[in-house]
Amino acid sequence: MAAASDAAPGSGEPGRRTFLNWLLGLWAAGVAASILYPILQYLVPPDIPEAATQSADAGKASTLAPNSGRVIAFGSAPAIVIRTAAGEYRAFSAVCTHLSCTVQYRPDLQHIWCACHNGHYDLNGRNIAGPPPRPLEQYDVNLRDGEIIVSKRA
Amino acid sequence: MTTTRLIAWLDERVPIGAVIETLRHKRVPQHRYSMWYYFGGITLFLFVVQVVTGGLLLLYYRPSAGEAYESVQFIMTRVQFGWLVRSIHAWSANLMVAAAFGHLFSVLFFHAYRRPREITWVSGVLLLLLVLAFGFTGYLLPWNELSLLATSVGTDMAATVPGIGHFIVRFMRGGNTVTGATLTRLFGVHVAILPALATALLALHLFLIQQHGMSVPPSIEEEGRRSERPVASVPFFPDFALHDLFAWTVALAVLAGLAAFYPWELGLKADPFAPAPAGIRPEWYFLWVFQTLKYAPSSVLGLNGELFVVGTLGIGVALLIVLPFLVPDRPRARRILSWLAGVALGYMVLLTALALRASGGRVS
Repeated sequence: MAAASDAAPGSGEPGRRTFLNWLLGLWAAGVAASILYPILQYLVPPDIPEAATQSADAGKASTLAPNSGRVIAFGSAPAIVIRTAAGEYRAFSAVCTHLSCTVQYRPDLQHIWCACHNGHYDLNGRNIAGPPPRPLEQYDVNLRDGEIIVSKRA
Repeated sequence: MTTTRLIAWLDERVPIGAVIETLRHKRVPQHRYSMWYYFGGITLFLFVVQVVTGGLLLLYYRPSAGEAYESVQFIMTRVQFGWLVRSIHAWSANLMVAAAFGHLFSVLFFHAYRRPREITWVSGVLLLLLVLAFGFTGYLLPWNELSLLATSVGTDMAATVPGIGHFIVRFMRGGNTVTGATLTRLFGVHVAILPALATALLALHLFLIQQHGMSVPPSIEEEGRRSERPVASVPFFPDFALHDLFAWTVALAVLAGLAAFYPWELGLKADPFAPAPAGIRPEWYFLWVFQTLKYAPSSVLGLNGELFVVGTLGIGVALLIVLPFLVPDRPRARRILSWLAGVALGYMVLLTALALRASGGRVS
C-alpha cells in the first residue's frame, strides 16, 4: 500500500493501479460470495413434502367421558377432541393461534384453554379471552363402529 | 541458575515478559463503587465453568429426539458425578445470566460506556445476547416437556416479523414445527457456533478492557476534581487480581452449594402431542417477556399484539446496542439515562415477580 503513494501523479500509473485494485476487489467479492452462498443455502432446511392429513382415529368413543377432552396426533400436528358436558363430540386443531402451544380442555371452565399465555376458546373454537388472535380450526367428528373419526372440513 | 536460563530461553521464544511488565504497572481505580468491577470477572469465570462442564456433558449426550432425554437421564443416574456436572452446567448458566445482567446495569448506572469505551460496550451487549442465545438453545437439549413448548413459543415469536417471519421460524426450527431436526440444529448452534462467536467477541472485549482500563464513574471523577485529589487506585497485580480470585471463589462456592443442594431437575420427556402443562414458563430471564406476551391483547394500536411486543423488544435491543452513540456526554443526559435504566430494570423485576406469582390458572 505504501508503494501506491510512491507513484508519480499523472504518470498513468494510478489509473492502472485503481483498475487493478478494482479487479482485485471484484475477485475477492466473487470468492467471498462463492463461499457464503453455499453456506447460506445449506442453512435453509430442505422442504420435506408431507401428505396432507385428512382424517385421524381418536380412539374409542366409550373411553371419552362427558366434559373431557383428549389431544391426538392429526398428521404431524396435534388436534383436540372434546366431549361436551351435554355429550356432544367436537374436534379442533389443538395448535393455539397465539404462539402455537398445544391447548387443553378445562372441565372446570367447560371450555378450551392454553396454558402458555392463558388463552381461552369456547366450545366452537372461538377465541374468547387472552391473547389468541384467531379461532381454532374446527374439524368434523364422526363415530364409526364406536371409534371417533376426526376429519378436515371439506 | 538453570531456572533463570530456562526463563530466558522461554522469554526469547514466547515474549510474554512485556505483558507481565504491563500488568505490573496497570492500576485499577479504588472507590466506593469498586465492588461492581467484579461482575464482569464473575461472568467470565462462569463462562469458563460452562466450557468445562459443557465439554464433559458432550461425552455422553446424544442430540436426537429419540435419545436426548434418555442420554441426560443416563448422565444423571449412571455416570459417576454426572448429576453434579449437569447440575453445575445448568446452575452456572443461570448465574452467568444474572452476573451478565448485573454487569450490564452497573456499567449503565456508572456510565462506563462513555468515550473511548463505546466498542467495549457494543461487544458487551452482543456477548449478553449470545449468553441469552446459549440459554435459549441449551434449554431444549434435555428434550423435556417444558423445553419443547418453550422453544416452540420462543421461535414462533419470530413469525410475527412481517414478510420474512415464517422463513426465520423455519430457519430456526429446521422445519415447520419443533421436532428432532430442531434439537439437532439448536445443539449445533449451542456447542459450535455460539462458542466460536463468543470466544472471538470475548477476546475483543477483554483486549479493549486491558487497553482502556476500568472506567471511573463521573460522580467519583467529579469528587476527585473538587477535592483536587486523584482517584485512589490499587495495582492490578497482585491486589486486584487477588480480589478477583476471591470473587471467583465466592461464585464457585455459591455454584457448588446450589448444584449440590438443589440439583437441576430433568422433568418429563417431551411429547409433541401433549397439551401445554399448566404453570408452563420459560427460564426466569425470559419471564418478563413471557408475562408481557400474556398481558398483550390480540391487537394493539391496530397492530397484532405479538408484533407490537416483539417489535418494541427489537427496537429496545437495537437502542441498547448503539446506546453510547446516542447519549451525549453531559450530566443531564446521563441523569435521564439513569432514570430510564431504572424504569426498565423496575419493569423487568416487576413483570418477573408477577410471572412467578401467577401460574396462569390451575390444572384439573
